[in-house]
Amino acid sequence: MGVGIEVSNLNAWYGTNHTLQDINLNIPANHATALIGPSGCGKSTFVRCLNRMHETNPIARVTGSVRIGDLDIYADAKPVEIRRRVGMVFQRPNPFPTMSIYDNVAAGLKLNGFSNRRELDEIVEKSLKNSALWDEVKDDLKKKSGASLSGGQQQRLCIARALAVDPEVLLMDEPASALDPVSTSKIEDLIFQLKSQYTIVIVTHNMQQAARVAEKTGFFLNGRMVEFDSTHKIFTNPSDKRTEDYITGRFG
Amino acid sequence: MGTEFKMRASIRALTDYLATGAAVLSTILVVTPLIAIFVYLLIRGIGSLNLDFFTKVPAPVGETGGGMANAIVGSAVLLGMSSIIGIPIGIGAGIYLAEFGRGTRIANAIRFTADVLNGVPSIVMGLAAFSLVVVPQGHFSALAGGIALGIMMVPTVCRSSEEMLLMVPHAVREAALGLGVPNWRSVLSITVRTASPGIITGCMLAFARVAGETAPLLFTALGNQFWSTNLNQPIAALPLQIYVYALSPYDDWHRLAWAGALVLIVLIVLAVSLVRYVTSRGVLKGAS
Repeated sequence: MGVGIEVSNLNAWYGTNHTLQDINLNIPANHATALIGPSGCGKSTFVRCLNRMHETNPIARVTGSVRIGDLDIYADAKPVEIRRRVGMVFQRPNPFPTMSIYDNVAAGLKLNGFSNRRELDEIVEKSLKNSALWDEVKDDLKKKSGASLSGGQQQRLCIARALAVDPEVLLMDEPASALDPVSTSKIEDLIFQLKSQYTIVIVTHNMQQAARVAEKTGFFLNGRMVEFDSTHKIFTNPSDKRTEDYITGRFG
Repeated sequence: MGTEFKMRASIRALTDYLATGAAVLSTILVVTPLIAIFVYLLIRGIGSLNLDFFTKVPAPVGETGGGMANAIVGSAVLLGMSSIIGIPIGIGAGIYLAEFGRGTRIANAIRFTADVLNGVPSIVMGLAAFSLVVVPQGHFSALAGGIALGIMMVPTVCRSSEEMLLMVPHAVREAALGLGVPNWRSVLSITVRTASPGIITGCMLAFARVAGETAPLLFTALGNQFWSTNLNQPIAALPLQIYVYALSPYDDWHRLAWAGALVLIVLIVLAVSLVRYVTSRGVLKGAS
């Protein structure tokens, strides 16, 4: 089951560049939350702070607190533990090129020392079914490389890989921006199904996509969160002028 | 507009033609010496190849016949030893340079040292092994030869491994870290595995290079006219045997030297092909 996320006074830097400033926000459990805003506004940095991927960059720095469920991720836990609870799907599909489809999905478990074959088989099948890829790949699970799939299939493979470690939160950083419309709609359908079991945070440049999949939407601009509300309210009656300008296409 | 467009198109076509031609010509120039050497060795050497060559040790001076069985085995022993020494150290150092020490002063110093080591003449490597192993031990030995060749392999393996690891896309590393895999595990199981075809190529290059080295063996392994696989004794090696035979005044030995050179090249090609075959069997459909 998913858990909620409470972000308070979050600030982030790349070197001297203050990319996130005083972000406060409550992301509800078992819903999809979309983050929109022009390029470079900090939304990717923000999701990367939610699983401590931000700090894998040596010049990056974070202050403030993020609570995921009952865990204060910057105070109580190690980055690797958090990343097992908070899965991530990246902008470009990034399957492990030398691994089979099966090994890609099982990677998170295997690399953390899990080796029960029968259970692995079950988890791989379940994860691929959850990511709507099972029927397309079930005959060459161990024969084909993850890199041999199409872009859209690769992205669903990456979703299956993230789901296999059984996270509570799924972060998606523009998961469909490198995909064609058919693959995009498959990913969106998937988000729709997955949000009953996981808390989903999705960064997107595509405002229609935010409107289609998310209950809540946050608008980021220049490293600050301008507005956070129900998606319906953001797109029909935003309270901030800047939000309105952005969603009506006046900039960005 | 029509004629100008056509003219530009034909210039482009001509440029394309010339560039392709230049590339093909360069390829031919690269391959020609190899083929020429191989054909010449075949002509000169194949006549002296017989079962004796592969089964007998060199005949004493004055007798005809004999073979290079001990040198073939000796080369295998020396190369096995040098690979055991050179490949793990080289790959380990390459991993450190590419993954853990990136941008640090130590890494830059190691990289510089490796490049210098790569340019050190091979006879100097032999002298180094001579003073490090032969002098303390008091006698020439296969061990000293293996160490000399092993040290020679290190810089090549190290730098090529580093380059191959740096070519692994950042996205692949992030994918592993994003799954909650610890960094060291991600490096060993994901990055190194992704780069492994290139790393293996680097190892094979280093292997093939030292397989033909004579100079580092002159005062380490020394050479041996008799059977020996004892690591503490002087051992025969194909390049050494070729060197000795080629400089001798006997026609019979000259012919054996040609045959030895042919066998050396064929064995290197076989060894590299075998490694490529074995390591490519696990590659999946569509893996890049």
